[in-house]
Amino acid sequence: MRDEHLILRVVMKVLFAPIILFAFYVQFHGDYGPGGGFQAGVIFAVAFILHALIFGVDETKKAMPQSALSIMMVVGIMFYAGTGVATLLLGGNLLGYDVIDPESTHHAGQHYGILLVEFGVGMAVASTMLTIYYLFAGREPEISDEEW
Amino acid sequence: MNDPVADSLSVTGDIAAYAGLAIDLALLTMLFVVALQMLKSRHLFAVAMLSGIYSLLSAAFFVSLDAVDVAFTEAAVGAGISTVLMLSAMLLTVRREKPVTPGRAPVAFIVVGLVGAALFYASIDMPPFGDPAAPANAYVGAAYVDRTPNEVAVPNIVTAVLASYRGFDTLGETLVIFTAGLAVMLLLGLGSPKGGRAVRDPAPGSLEAPSEVASVNVVDKSAAKITDKINEERA
Repeated sequence: MRDEHLILRVVMKVLFAPIILFAFYVQFHGDYGPGGGFQAGVIFAVAFILHALIFGVDETKKAMPQSALSIMMVVGIMFYAGTGVATLLLGGNLLGYDVIDPESTHHAGQHYGILLVEFGVGMAVASTMLTIYYLFAGREPEISDEEW
Repeated sequence: MNDPVADSLSVTGDIAAYAGLAIDLALLTMLFVVALQMLKSRHLFAVAMLSGIYSLLSAAFFVSLDAVDVAFTEAAVGAGISTVLMLSAMLLTVRREKPVTPGRAPVAFIVVGLVGAALFYASIDMPPFGDPAAPANAYVGAAYVDRTPNEVAVPNIVTAVLASYRGFDTLGETLVIFTAGLAVMLLLGLGSPKGGRAVRDPAPGSLEAPSEVASVNVVDKSAAKITDKINEERA
């Protein structure tokens, strides 16, 4: 498959960066428009899944190895739960973000808290989705051309 | 009534309402047709692609219901990831579903018919769509809409509910996704977290036969113990 599907490979190379950029836009714009950690995580994973569909899973694993994904899964959850613990330690309720910036008149603490939590969600979702895809696709060495 | 601007406004309002109705009806009809096709088709590739189309159509329907966040999720997860996962799972099995011999199950048919009739009957009592006095919109929903600008000050109320008011719920949801990933890792075999070795399934029958023998032996032994105990008690 290395020398075939030229159009797919070129289109993929052009699209990869915009898809990642869109994922970050959705991630950090969730306060203002539709979107948030779940959707951004899925879009982030989709970029790598498209890469794996066209170049093969082994090539994608060189760019995004499974060891990094396993760590990202745990760090994402810890990020979310850690935000909750941090608000507890600052003297508030679990995930009560107002204590992050108590002097703010426009609830900046809520903004920071939501951003941190959504970042954890995005990390956990992206790495989990990609892990599941790696596990499914890794069992079949390569999709033969007759299957397309 | 004689104001031409107000007249034209009401006319465009009517046109918009009819256009919305036409779009809703078209989307629902297409959803129905796609679902029927999925039932009929035995070709698993076609079924996987049709389920992606179904998700995309429902995402469009959610947009017409003004639920943009849900539509976004449905389009990304339902039409995107799920379809790819279905296809990669299909590659591990067969491409065609086994033909099902049609049989008659009168009890099941009666149960399905009764439940369907009950659902139709219940839908008569439902409040009209978008009714502000409907229970779904009246109590908690109205409270969130009222309080979000003062308490969270985030323009997207859905995000405020998801990440702030219901932050603990969302932590649980994220943990559910994490657990799903862990379960797939355990079931499909990641090997070591560093790389993930390729898993080879043993040929069918090569592993099952000895384990069956072993289990039979265990059963025999426990049965022997029980009979021994009974004999002791009798003695």
